[in-house]
Amino acid sequence: MFIDTLLIGISSGAIYSLMALSLVLVWRSTRIVNFAQSGQAVFSTYIGYEIAVRAHDYWISLPLAIIFGALLGSLVDLLFMRPLLRRVKDGPIAEIAPVIATLGLLGLLQSLLGLIWGNAFLQYASPLSAKGFTFGSHTVPFSPQNLFIVLASCAVLVIFGFIFKYTNLGLALRAASFQPEIAQLAGVRVSRVRNIGWAFAGATGALAGAVITPTATLSPNSLDLLFVSGFIAAVIGGLDSLVGAVVGGLVLGIGFSFILQYIAGSVTFLVGFIILMVVLLIRPRGIFGRDAGRHA
Amino acid sequence: MSSGLIVENFTVNYGAVSAIQDISFDVAPGELVALIGANGAGKSTLLRALSGLVAPVQGSASWNGYSLNGKKPEDLVRQGIVHVCEGKSVIPELSVAENLALGGIWRRDKADVLAAREESLSIFPALASRLQQRADSLSGGERQMLAIGRALISRPKLLLLDEPSLGLAPLVIEEIFKVIDRLRRKLGLTVLLVEQNAVSALRIADRGLILNLGALLTSGTPDELMADPQLRTAYLGI
Repeated sequence: MFIDTLLIGISSGAIYSLMALSLVLVWRSTRIVNFAQSGQAVFSTYIGYEIAVRAHDYWISLPLAIIFGALLGSLVDLLFMRPLLRRVKDGPIAEIAPVIATLGLLGLLQSLLGLIWGNAFLQYASPLSAKGFTFGSHTVPFSPQNLFIVLASCAVLVIFGFIFKYTNLGLALRAASFQPEIAQLAGVRVSRVRNIGWAFAGATGALAGAVITPTATLSPNSLDLLFVSGFIAAVIGGLDSLVGAVVGGLVLGIGFSFILQYIAGSVTFLVGFIILMVVLLIRPRGIFGRDAGRHA
Repeated sequence: MSSGLIVENFTVNYGAVSAIQDISFDVAPGELVALIGANGAGKSTLLRALSGLVAPVQGSASWNGYSLNGKKPEDLVRQGIVHVCEGKSVIPELSVAENLALGGIWRRDKADVLAAREESLSIFPALASRLQQRADSLSGGERQMLAIGRALISRPKLLLLDEPSLGLAPLVIEEIFKVIDRLRRKLGLTVLLVEQNAVSALRIADRGLILNLGALLTSGTPDELMADPQLRTAYLGI
């Protein structure tokens, strides 16, 4: 029973981790908390769904959804964030306006999805089994699809961890987010680099949507609650740290799973916020957050 | 073709306020010109306009015939115009090594980036032992060294230095100015040096410009400026 609960926790934790990773990616490259992330992710998942329906192949739809997610992220920056930031340059409004704007964008994207695909619950199926692995006579609540989600999370962590730490692009991304002006004076093309950050985050959100949705259903709001958990996970992890996002996601997933199993289902979400409050009170920068840098 | 830095009828606003009014001056190739003036005289704003951080309202500037108007800082860096801005132009959250790497991030000649990095570290040996530390663990003087060290990795031709002495101890200031003087002789750099610390700046400068309330008051060799009793009390603080 304990192992089963742990496995359920790990698989939902991996889902939260993926959502958290996509938030951390935008934060790390732009210092904006992107509330539209779940809208972008679900939009990309619809594109994946549409391709899967036509091509009858999940494995073709997955990379295309990711590419669409990257393009959508880039477009959100080009058509939405840049014109906005050009107008509001300084003062308190410059910090808050982009965040509020992402909330507006979330509404816009979800209404648009409702108009195109309707609000019905759709099935975006993956060929991986949703039935748990069987050991002897015992079937654990951990399926090949769950394993795939965990692997996807790890892959995102490793790939972006490498990019941020060891490549010039990663250095440029970090420099542009910490001190855009100094980065510019050092020769970093800040707006181009930020756009790449949006694309990375969009791609990660799309991957999250496309691997999570086969375990549930697809609707314009289907990723919202996961996104809230992903957001809590990201904050627990420090918002700035990729490893933190994954650890935050796992803490939350495993925590939820044990509460559901041993206490009561009705309090799980409440507990999420309690964990968030406790972390913020004890370590306001998150478990893995470093000094300085949290503005919005 | 006109050579050096040529600034003509430059007018720049700081927010809604006019900070620089109709200034014209030039800096010859290889020359070190000190731009001196009180707080709020518009010195930093002028540098920000020259490096593309803000656009001038009026007037033009060029470097060896290349117009600076309408260019972004990242384009100007690629032309060898490097601005080290006020208050230790480093990224505190990054390590010393990463701050240095930033200076060569756009350059294709990676072998020369490495060579320039070695040169910077030999000029500022204090940095060499602290490469993995975060830049915010450095002292003010070390941060200024890091900022200049990073600028050198971009292989500058025109260096725009904004108050390198700001907030530093007198001995450190002396050292920084010595380094600036040595560098520009060794590398043939053209330097526009903005300073409140007029005496130190004029000691290494070929020429000084005195800025007052956004307008050019006077210019001359350090000896000429130092000899003027009115300037001495009003602007040079001696």
